[in-house]
Amino acid sequence: MSAKIVIGLDGSGSGERAVAYAKKQAKQIGKCELIAVYVIEWSPYSFQTPEENEQRHKRREEEIDAANSRVVIPAVDALKAEGFSAHGVVKHGDVADLLNAVAVEEGADQIVVARSSDGGIASRVFGTSTAKLVMTATVPVTVVG
Amino acid sequence: MKKLTLSTLALSAAGSTSAFAQETRSIDQAVNETFATVTGPFVNFIFSPFPGTSFPWIVMWLVIAASLFTVYFGFIQIRGFRHSIQLVKGDYADPNDAGEVSHFQALTTALSGTVGLGNIAGVAVAVGIGGPGATFWMIVAGLLGMASKFTECTLGVKYRNEYEDGTVSGGPMYYMSKGFAERGVPGGKIMAVVFSIFCILGALGGGNMFQANQAHAQISGIMGDYPGWITGIIFALVVYAVIVGGIKSIASVTEKVVPFMGVLYVGTALIILLINYDKIGWAFGQIFEGAFTGLGVAGGFVGALIQGFKRAAFSNEAGVGSAAIAHSAVRTKEPITEGLVSLLEPFIDTVVICTMTALVITISGLLIVDPATGNFVLDGNSIATVDGVKGVSLTSAAFATGFSWFPYVLAVAVVLFAFSTMISWSYYGLKAWTYLFGEGKTTELVFKIIFCVFVVIGASASLGPVIDFSDAAIFAMAVVNITALYFLMPIVKKEMNSYMARLKSGEIKRFKH
Repeated sequence: MSAKIVIGLDGSGSGERAVAYAKKQAKQIGKCELIAVYVIEWSPYSFQTPEENEQRHKRREEEIDAANSRVVIPAVDALKAEGFSAHGVVKHGDVADLLNAVAVEEGADQIVVARSSDGGIASRVFGTSTAKLVMTATVPVTVVG
Repeated sequence: MKKLTLSTLALSAAGSTSAFAQETRSIDQAVNETFATVTGPFVNFIFSPFPGTSFPWIVMWLVIAASLFTVYFGFIQIRGFRHSIQLVKGDYADPNDAGEVSHFQALTTALSGTVGLGNIAGVAVAVGIGGPGATFWMIVAGLLGMASKFTECTLGVKYRNEYEDGTVSGGPMYYMSKGFAERGVPGGKIMAVVFSIFCILGALGGGNMFQANQAHAQISGIMGDYPGWITGIIFALVVYAVIVGGIKSIASVTEKVVPFMGVLYVGTALIILLINYDKIGWAFGQIFEGAFTGLGVAGGFVGALIQGFKRAAFSNEAGVGSAAIAHSAVRTKEPITEGLVSLLEPFIDTVVICTMTALVITISGLLIVDPATGNFVLDGNSIATVDGVKGVSLTSAAFATGFSWFPYVLAVAVVLFAFSTMISWSYYGLKAWTYLFGEGKTTELVFKIIFCVFVVIGASASLGPVIDFSDAAIFAMAVVNITALYFLMPIVKKEMNSYMARLKSGEIKRFKH
């Protein structure tokens, strides 16, 4: 049985640090599958105008396409080119909840994320997705600095 | 009557302020008189009474429909209430549909089109004319209206158009044309056209002019009296920036602030009621007594009833068809789920928020009672109030008896509510417009510009003609819409029975526990 590692991508440098660490782990483990996950931040409880609602389905498809083409597919292709077994997942929702949900669903052994780079007031008040993941995850989490 | 020209404006500005005030006042008057003359016959027809009575046939039309739907669907507003809340919470939402329009979003979008001036100014008009007893009939109308909303919103989702690019368009126009064709009933397309015409008028009336009018009343109440067209032009420019200029940031800020204002409004009302908890029993007494006796209001108990039903319908729009447009964007495989969610709308709008307003007005003591008889003192057709306030000013004054600073908050709330309702109705009107004239940038632009012009007219005209026209246009939508609902309700019943059976058998799964 091979091990599985979920990597949280965010389309920035911190996502790349998480990928680098996961690769190192996968090499040490040997038989290991890497799952690159990109979550589009979205809440079912936000308020929208009728026009936004009308366009929503179309926008969602565009968001998924953009996430796949810009972040997930390049990351997965790069991993495969280096000889790793890998696949990608794109989802809408809460980052921390979904990284954990995917890990549970896939039977992953750990989640690797990078410390988030944003340090704005909002993250100080409400905490970051990384902090929430560490506090709520049911799968071991590694946070890369 | 002088016309407004740039030179007269410039002269007035340069000349004395009193001349300017007179000039601008005459513009308001001109707009008002022309408007009342043009819309008079239409308004008279819609509100004509049953021969030999003083009861408008249109009010009876709405109440009979809502009662019929209530019975036909086996009191769905009670049976389905708990499940509606579960649906809004997302308990039955498929996680794979994340990122699509949720039930919560469809509900709040529709609510932002209805919660607003109807709840603040409309209730004040109802209580001001029909007395506290009007509240009772408003609550009854709200509870019954939940069944009408359920029917129209289920159909709205079932017969919406889903285009190849992923966008959706729905509403009564679509269920009239497609639903009638499916049932083999002729005339669906004609009804859709007639509905669309009334929907455009409703959008310009209740969804626009009434809002602009009351927003001006509120602002001038605080800033001092000044001509309405000035507010109108400012409002029109902002609306133009959003619907034509596509400045989404204004709309999205409003969409986020409006729910906050709604919570603040209900919260403040609750605090005022808690402070005056000893009067709540008395206020309900007035509401129940007034409901059947009228407590001396013009028209007695029938007067209270008519006002209650009229303002409830205007506030929650049940049976009007507008909500079917707003709710049709939701992502669901089961149209009935959106019907269930939509029935919460009249409940929140009328049963909860309108009742709060009515209680605060009743408790405030602003409605003058004759101590000798215990009946209300009349001033023309309406109840005499302290300082003669009416409409939104009455609500504002009533809240000020609890918190003197509240009129300022209310003014901001009214402006934002008015604005968000205008944005919603500009969309409903546009959907009807494009249904009639086809989609396309130029056709859409024509409607949007007409919409902005009516903002100015609405702010300039006086309350009477505006409120009459707004009511008439919105109720005219209900005439066509409810006729269609009668033909299509067996389809909704079939959907409902199938859904409820699958829910009971566990075939429809709950995702969150």
